[in-house]
Amino acid sequence: MTEPFEPTLIAFCCKYCAYAAADLAGSMRLNYPSNVKITQVPCTGRVDIIHLLKAFEDGADGVYVAGCMEGDCHFVSGNLKAKKRVAYVQKTLEEIGIEPDRIDMFNLSSAMGPRFAEIAIQMTERIRKLGPTPLASSSQTCPTQEGMP
Amino acid sequence: MIVADRKSIHEILDMVKDCSNILVVGCKGCVTVCNVGGLKEVQILAATLKIARKKEGRPLHVDETLLERQCDPEYIAMIQDRVNDYDAVISMACGVGPQFLSEAYPDQRFYPAVNTTFFGGAVAHGIWEERCAGCGTCIIHHFDGLCPIARCSKSLMNGPCGGSDHGKCEIAKNVDCIWDKIVRKKMELGRLNDLLQVFPAKNWQTARDGGLRRSRREELIQHG
Repeated sequence: MTEPFEPTLIAFCCKYCAYAAADLAGSMRLNYPSNVKITQVPCTGRVDIIHLLKAFEDGADGVYVAGCMEGDCHFVSGNLKAKKRVAYVQKTLEEIGIEPDRIDMFNLSSAMGPRFAEIAIQMTERIRKLGPTPLASSSQTCPTQEGMP
Repeated sequence: MIVADRKSIHEILDMVKDCSNILVVGCKGCVTVCNVGGLKEVQILAATLKIARKKEGRPLHVDETLLERQCDPEYIAMIQDRVNDYDAVISMACGVGPQFLSEAYPDQRFYPAVNTTFFGGAVAHGIWEERCAGCGTCIIHHFDGLCPIARCSKSLMNGPCGGSDHGKCEIAKNVDCIWDKIVRKKMELGRLNDLLQVFPAKNWQTARDGGLRRSRREELIQHG
């Protein structure tokens, strides 16, 4: 019997809101799926298109960016920049035949521990329904890429 | 600067459909400034190509590099030791890049990843607009800094055509009639009389109509 599909999700979380909310969710003993691997960023404005694409390239089944509520960014507009970059990657994925729903952007505050857990559950369920990333089906790998000059 | 737009990912994928090992070459010149062919865009294109091909089950090896410029032979020479190690090379520079590369390395195939569009500048973050048509005979000073050659759809020299409608050009509602702007600016500056000067038909030989253009600066030419 085949094992049930357990997706791997990468969550880019802003230090000032989503990451603190994850901490709070932990303190509140809230359960959320262990499928989500959290990467703390100083602001979601630091998350670039290439970081999101690299996550998919390296085998993530789903990716999401969690930043401050719109208008509450510690750096004024980092979350709005992230929103546009996520939209760009959604469009790119769609163009190359990958479900754009594999990536999303969420906004929450540091006080929203339950919301953090809810987002993690919601995204994990969504990706579980979509199935494994179509990139995983390729068993071939490329040689190590050379560094930039 | 020279402004360009990246080609669709489908078009680029089609160019390299038979390749398994390619090089993407960016340029630190104009295309970096207009965010279409610099380091970041090279990385994004490379990652997108790799994801798309991995999905098809035919992985593509993509190396990335960035040249200081692709419009000077000395920088083009910087990839000579490895340019022929690939099935194909994608240039993210303006149209000059793939041509200089092809001239320097006749055994390799070079594909343009961008469509070179115009000479212009950023009017807002993320928005570029044409300002120069490269006509070879600049007359901007006669029109207080508003070029009718580049910015009038018909490149008219002596006033607006009948398609000027409430300050907009008939070709599209979001295109200003530059002659409307020129006249208004002349009125504001009290120099409306300047427009009584009639310009003769423009000599387009200095523009593209004269064929390939070449700029020669004797004081810079090194005789071997």
